[in-house]
Amino acid sequence: MAKIIVVTSGKGGVGKTTSSASFASGLAMRGHKTAVLDFDVGLRNLDLIMGCERRVVYDLINVVNKEATLTQALIKDKHCENLFILPASQTRDKDALTEEGVENVLNDLVKMDFEYIICDSPAGIERGAVMALTFADEAIVVTNPEVSSVRDSDRILGIIQAKSRRAQNGGEPVKEHLLITRYSAKRVDAGEMLSYTDVQDILRIPLVGIIPESESVLHASNQGNPAIHIKGSDVALAYEDVVSRFLGEELPLRFTSYEKPGFLHRIFGGK
Amino acid sequence: MALLSFLFNSKPKTASAAKERLQIIIARERNGRNGHDFLPALHKELIEVISKYTKVNADDIKISLDRQGNLEVLDVNVVLPDA
Repeated sequence: MAKIIVVTSGKGGVGKTTSSASFASGLAMRGHKTAVLDFDVGLRNLDLIMGCERRVVYDLINVVNKEATLTQALIKDKHCENLFILPASQTRDKDALTEEGVENVLNDLVKMDFEYIICDSPAGIERGAVMALTFADEAIVVTNPEVSSVRDSDRILGIIQAKSRRAQNGGEPVKEHLLITRYSAKRVDAGEMLSYTDVQDILRIPLVGIIPESESVLHASNQGNPAIHIKGSDVALAYEDVVSRFLGEELPLRFTSYEKPGFLHRIFGGK
Repeated sequence: MALLSFLFNSKPKTASAAKERLQIIIARERNGRNGHDFLPALHKELIEVISKYTKVNADDIKISLDRQGNLEVLDVNVVLPDA
């Protein structure tokens, strides 16, 4: 049974696309046939993060308008056999996304035996964001440990609980997961940043992972490689954990405690 | 004091302030979406009911919803015009 997962946040710039790219790649690396869809019509970026921007011919709106078939529009990932990317349109208007059109595309993906369909939501609470979450079975809410991001996450949770198909049909609610990104254990330790328990206390949804603030993310996006492929980096390990937890494994949290550097380390330094 | 904080480079601990502010604003916003939109309708119906018995202006009926500890208080204030 295919699962539709929206990656959303309300606020922009918190790591939705970075997380969508790495999460989808992680699922595909474990053998699941996965599609990742960019819903940010007019401001597409998933193609850049996945490193397939030069191979884009058709996009989501072309498929919605039946100007292209899904098979024509889906781009095969350069790393993973069973990962496909459906870019957003760069030129059209967001109103081109109709509920019926999006539903048809998702149904067709299910018929093509995709196990996981990841919808990368645009920021905001407008049409594109609502379309991305409407058909979701599960939601990954990406949140930075920072006041405006937490507030916007709460707002988007309210929208999921009101406007998703599952909520409207009165069925089982959308399963919500909290993903905290750009986490600095050091700043939390110094009392300068909300801790993950603080964020969880406020939002009250289960935590699927914590991604540490890291230089690797910029290196990854510079090269068009999802961060999960940066071997041995803390971010890659953290995203691997997210995928494992999502698939039902129980794992302890990593990158949440800060060890003060020792005296010698402070003098001679590391990086 | 400034010298001390310069020497020990103590940065302010602001995370707790962030948490406190968030808890308050989010509680308020959640209240708003859990259906307290009934206030305008209640206001309208109250005017209709009271108008059956006495003359009253819409502006003379004030409704507000407050929270005191764990209690929610619906405050309805009706000013009857001078006879």
